[in-house]
Amino acid sequence: MSQQAQTLVDKVWDRHIVSEEPGRPSMVYIDLHLIHEVTSPQAFAALEERGLKLRQPQRTVATMDHSTPTDPRRLEVLDGQSRKQLDLLRHNCEKYGVTLYGIGHDRNGIVHVIGPELGLTQPGMTIVCGDSHTSTHGAFGALAFGIGTTEVSHVLATQCLLQHRPESFEVYVDGALPAGVGAKDIALAIIAEIGTDGGTGHVFEFRGSAIESLSMEGRMTLCNMSIEAGARAGLIAPDEKTFAYLEGRDFAPKGAAWQAAVADWRSLRTDEGATFSRSLTIDASELAPMITFGTNPGMGQAIDKHLPRPEDLESDQAAAELRKALDYMGLEPGKTLLGHPVDVVFIGSCTNSRISDLREAAEIFSGRQVANGVRTLVVPGSQNIKRQAEAEGLDVVFRTAGAEWREPGCSMCIAMNGDQLSPGQYAVSTSNRNFEGRQGRGGRTFLASPRTAAAAAIRGCVTDPRTLTAG
Amino acid sequence: MEALKSLTAKALVVHRDNIDTDQIIPARFLKVTDKAGLGDALFADWRYAEDGTPKSDFVLNQPWAKGRAILVAGQNFGSGSSREHAPWALLGYGFRAVIARSFADIFRNNALKNGVLPVALGKTEHSKVLAALAADRDAELTVDLEMCALGLGGEHIANFEVDAFARHCLLNGLDQLGYLLHFEADIERYEAERSTRAY
Repeated sequence: MSQQAQTLVDKVWDRHIVSEEPGRPSMVYIDLHLIHEVTSPQAFAALEERGLKLRQPQRTVATMDHSTPTDPRRLEVLDGQSRKQLDLLRHNCEKYGVTLYGIGHDRNGIVHVIGPELGLTQPGMTIVCGDSHTSTHGAFGALAFGIGTTEVSHVLATQCLLQHRPESFEVYVDGALPAGVGAKDIALAIIAEIGTDGGTGHVFEFRGSAIESLSMEGRMTLCNMSIEAGARAGLIAPDEKTFAYLEGRDFAPKGAAWQAAVADWRSLRTDEGATFSRSLTIDASELAPMITFGTNPGMGQAIDKHLPRPEDLESDQAAAELRKALDYMGLEPGKTLLGHPVDVVFIGSCTNSRISDLREAAEIFSGRQVANGVRTLVVPGSQNIKRQAEAEGLDVVFRTAGAEWREPGCSMCIAMNGDQLSPGQYAVSTSNRNFEGRQGRGGRTFLASPRTAAAAAIRGCVTDPRTLTAG
Repeated sequence: MEALKSLTAKALVVHRDNIDTDQIIPARFLKVTDKAGLGDALFADWRYAEDGTPKSDFVLNQPWAKGRAILVAGQNFGSGSSREHAPWALLGYGFRAVIARSFADIFRNNALKNGVLPVALGKTEHSKVLAALAADRDAELTVDLEMCALGLGGEHIANFEVDAFARHCLLNGLDQLGYLLHFEADIERYEAERSTRAY
C-alpha cells in the first residue's frame, strides 16, 4: 500500500505527536532542549512556583553565552546583573540535574554552535531553545525552532509543546556558487527577495544542488538565518555529509546504534511528489557577495549595487520605511556602499563563528594588516573552535594582522556582554541582525559574510571581497 | 494570566512596519530574572535620550498618552528575537492588545501566553483605524475577544482571527502548562514507545 508522499517537515513532525485533539494544537514531544542564562530564569521560577519537577534532565543541556564576557579577563569584567543571571543558571542546573557547560568549561560556547559540534543535534529530532536562532540545528534535518520563556517552562515540566503543524516552504537553490560567494550570501539574498516576514507561518526546506554542495557549517549558517525571513525553522535533508560530520562526536550514537541511526536517518527526505505550501527558486550562479544597508536583514543587496531610492518604491509606507532606515544608517539613496568607512568589524555569532568561517576570514587577513582606526573582533563560537583555530595557527594570523582574538560567546551580535558599538559607529558584522541599536545603542550595522567582513577590516571600508584574493 | 474578554480603550499609534523585539525592548534590559517592572523599558531607545530623559517627540511620552491599553502598529510586528520580555514590557506598560497588519510567529505565541492579544487586520480595516485615530486620537476602540470583533466608537470595523485554543485560554485566564500536565499518561506512553528504538 502506498503512503501519501510527505515532506521532510511532515515526517519529523509526525514522529513527535504525543496527543492530538480536534480544535487543539498538537502536543509535540521535544527531543532536545537547550537553555541559556537569559531566557531560562523565569521558566525555572514557574516550575518552582508549582512545585514541578524537570521531566527529562538528560534531554536538557545548558550553556552560558549571551552575557559572558569575551575579554580574556572574563569574570573580572562581568557586570553585577549578568553575574546574578549566570549564578542563577548554575543554581538551577544543579538543583534540577541539568548538564551545564558554563564559562571556562571546555565544552562552553554559543548554544547553536555547541549543539552540533557535540553531536547533541541529530537528524529527525525536535529541538527547541529560548532563542530564535535555534533554526540553526535544522541543517541536520532536525525540526528546530525558537520559543519564548513560557514555552521553556512547558518543555522543562512536560518535555512537550502545544504547536500547530507548520506549513512547508521549499527554497530551491540550484547551480554553482561563484567564487567568493557563500552560505551567508545565499541567506541574505533569500531574505532580500521575500522580506523579513516572507516565511511567517512556514518552515523552510532548503534543497537543490547549491545546498547539497554546502558544507555542514554553511548549511548551519543558512538555516540560522531562516528566522530573519520570518520562518521559525529551516531544514535540510540529512545526507552523507551530515553523517560524516556527526560520526564519532561526543553525543552521537556509537557502534550498532550508529548503524541503526544512519539507516533511519536516510529515510528523512521529502518524498518524490510531495507538495509544499509555497516555493521559491534561486539561481546560485547569479549570486554575488551580499551586504545589508538598512535596519532589518531584508534590506540587503549585492555589494556593488547602488542604494535604493525611496521614490522608486511602490507604496508610500515602504518608501517611508526605507527613508527612516537610511536616515538611521546615515546613508544617501542612490549611492554605493563600496568605500563607505567602517569603525568596527565583528567576526562571530551563531551565524558565522565556526572554524570554516574563521578559516575563510584568515585567508584574507593572512599577510595583511587591519586598516588604521578599525577595531576588529574575532570571536570563536566555542572553546572547541577556539582550540581548533589555535591549533591551526589562525589566532596568530588574526593577532598579527591587528585583530582581537577573543573568548567564545554571543558578543557583539547582541551587545549584552560589554562588546558593543558606540553611537554612530559603523560595523561590518557577520552576525544576523542589523536592527537599530542591536550592536549597541546608536550603532549602525552592515551584515555580511566572514569574507566580506575581513575585506572591510583590511581596507577600512566596505569592500567587495572578490577584489581581495587570499593573501 | 489575567483573562481578557472585551476591552474598550483609547489607543496609541506607532505606525512603523517590522517593529522588531529589539525595539520593543533592547537587549540590555534582558538581564533580569523576573517578569515584572519591564514597562519602563518598553521602546526604550525610541522613548528616552541617552541620558534617560524622555524624548518629547515620541508618542508614549505625550501627556495625553498615559493609561492607554491598545497599541496600533504596522506590518510584521514583533519580528526578530524570541524574547518574551517583549510582551512582558507591553503588559508592564499597560497594553492588553496590539493591532497590526501582521505579527511575527514567535511574538504572537508569546503575547497570547501573557494576556496580550494580537489583532491582525487587513489593509483596508487597518487604514480605517489609523484614519480614525488621526482624526481623533481619543477615539475608543473595542476589542471583543468573545465575538472576535473590533469596533471603533460603537461601529463594527472588522472581525479578526485568533487561534481557537489560545482564545479559550485568554477568555478564561488559563495558562497552558496546567493543560499540558493533564496529558501525563500520553507522555509516558510516548516515552515508553520511544525507549524501544535502536538508537
